[in-house]
Amino acid sequence: MTVSPISLAFKKCKKEKRPALLTYTVAGDNTKKKSLEILNSISKYVDICELGFPHNTPIGDGGQIQTASYRAIKNGIKMKDIFQIVNKFKNRKNSKPLILMGYYNMICRYGENKFLNKCKQVGVNGLIVVDLPWPDNKKFAKKCKKKSVTFVQLLSPTTSKKRIKKIINDSHDMIYYISMLSTTGGKLKISPKKILENYNSIKKINKSKNIVIGFGITIKTINSLKKADGLVVGSAICNEISKSINNRQNPVTNVTNIVSLLKKRIS
Amino acid sequence: MKIKKNIPLIDQHDKNGFWGKFGGNFIPETLKKPVEDLTILFEKLRKDKKFIQERDYYFKNWLGSPTRFIKLENLTDHLDGAQIWTKVVSDLNGGAHKSLNATVHCLLAKRAGKKYIVGDTGAGYAGKMLSMAAKKFGLKCKIFMGAKDIKRQKPNCDAMRANNAEIVPVYTGSQTLVDAVSECMRYWVSNCDTTAMCVGSTVGPNIFVKICGWSTSQISKELLIQIKDEFGEIPKKLKLINCVGGGSSSFGFWNEFMHYNKKQVEFIGVEAGGPKNSKKHAAPLTYGSKIGVLHGAMQYVNQDAEGQIEETESISAGLDYPGVSPLHCFLKDTKRARYTAATDEEALNAYQLVTKFESLNPSLEPSHAFAEAIKIAPKLSKDTVLCINSCGDALKDRDILKKRLGK
Repeated sequence: MTVSPISLAFKKCKKEKRPALLTYTVAGDNTKKKSLEILNSISKYVDICELGFPHNTPIGDGGQIQTASYRAIKNGIKMKDIFQIVNKFKNRKNSKPLILMGYYNMICRYGENKFLNKCKQVGVNGLIVVDLPWPDNKKFAKKCKKKSVTFVQLLSPTTSKKRIKKIINDSHDMIYYISMLSTTGGKLKISPKKILENYNSIKKINKSKNIVIGFGITIKTINSLKKADGLVVGSAICNEISKSINNRQNPVTNVTNIVSLLKKRIS
Repeated sequence: MKIKKNIPLIDQHDKNGFWGKFGGNFIPETLKKPVEDLTILFEKLRKDKKFIQERDYYFKNWLGSPTRFIKLENLTDHLDGAQIWTKVVSDLNGGAHKSLNATVHCLLAKRAGKKYIVGDTGAGYAGKMLSMAAKKFGLKCKIFMGAKDIKRQKPNCDAMRANNAEIVPVYTGSQTLVDAVSECMRYWVSNCDTTAMCVGSTVGPNIFVKICGWSTSQISKELLIQIKDEFGEIPKKLKLINCVGGGSSSFGFWNEFMHYNKKQVEFIGVEAGGPKNSKKHAAPLTYGSKIGVLHGAMQYVNQDAEGQIEETESISAGLDYPGVSPLHCFLKDTKRARYTAATDEEALNAYQLVTKFESLNPSLEPSHAFAEAIKIAPKLSKDTVLCINSCGDALKDRDILKKRLGK
């Protein structure tokens, strides 16, 4: 079996003795063109790109990502545009592995099989579905695997030990650990030390799995968590886009600056 | 898909929480544990005699159950067809059926050792009742409510504040119930370790559908006895008419009659058709909306081709919701219940007619059900019994009624 681009990205980071940097941006935020430009521009600092397909009733997202999602939907972003963005991004020479992230209703409406075929066709490497937890996702995760798409399982501080083991057992090559009880973009309400403690106890169960930490990570906090396999920054970036729009500045430049700073902090 | 006999409908789901194709638990991982904890607690307590006694005590001595079952003589004479009866559920403390679910959720929260409870509200009744129950049982309470609804249901907001609840205005999306539920769930994701959540209707992840349905079934428990007392038996032709938004009052109104033949006991659900000339509505069952996920459950829901949830429009804040309970989706597909819609104008006309002939003040939600009753009653025989659930009081609608009807 060939090693997935996601696994390769983690391997490369391990060699460089640093965590992988994952970013989350919303497709179509603030326009279709700009969101592609952002991806292309940050790609040089980022190890894996997460791209959100926006939904208008998100039950797991905080203010910043909601704002970004509503902005994209208001600007008319459609699934076909999102796949086009991915396709264009992946066709570039130095593109990075890409994970689509969103809510199940969008996939359900598109049709599970059709969605996965399209993912494969345009070069999507992984999928995160916020509201499709284990074990309800078992069938869909298997379908993903068949299309060489990594289905990323989520773990949270509320997940029991027993459940964690079972989820890890069914997981693919990347797992997402939610740092705290929060929607995306909340302020870190527990210490990075405590987060890493939880993280290490999960990591011990199966060292071969790449586990990333997300939720509440910013320029200020990223350095303190760099022992993880990977770190996801989402809301801080979406917020940067909001700020740029309010200040009539170019979001591409501003987001690229912040991402290069994030990279410096963990290198 | 078939309804099984001798098992309550709320328990006829599979191990994944689905009634047929509907329901389930489409929730973020963080909520799996609190939802599981609540499930274990509820399944234990519903078999606990002491808990049931406690519930019945508060239903009777605090909420004022049983509520009246009365004949609307004047309206019956005027329509000159079927007999029109109503169950005045708005007699309950607080003025609507929502107090049943709110009371049970607060009792559960107390048993779980929680100090805080949060809830969503559309018409403001779910919020008012939750704040009332929270105060009674010593819980701190936050209510999430769309900014548009805060404006149009002021009397209920005043009541919530009087009960020391904090109202959190929700400015996202259409600023109505759908956004309030989303925001409430997001709040629970962040605070589920200390806080209990009450979903205000038979919607949401599986366990919330069950708890609400179990609570509001009190309505039909009372009605079954009252009908037998009144008629000596269940009438040969009985039609139970109820408005349907999320579906909590209608499910509760029908539950104990579930296993009667539908030719004898027909269930008619009336959704909100919205303004007469508007394309927007809140009637996913009537207008053939597609199946999708909303607030943790698979259901018929108003959505576009992309899967974005569509904005709704209705004069009635309590029915202004793009989805509907998985239980009702199941009742529709099994053909046990029939669903139809009434427009804003029809509901207003019904309100006027009912208040003209009777000393009853149904809110805009049950006015939708009265609209259907008024439509069909003249064509039906005199031995047909129509019973309408008057599940809310129009006190909260005084601003809208004044604006639309000048009174």
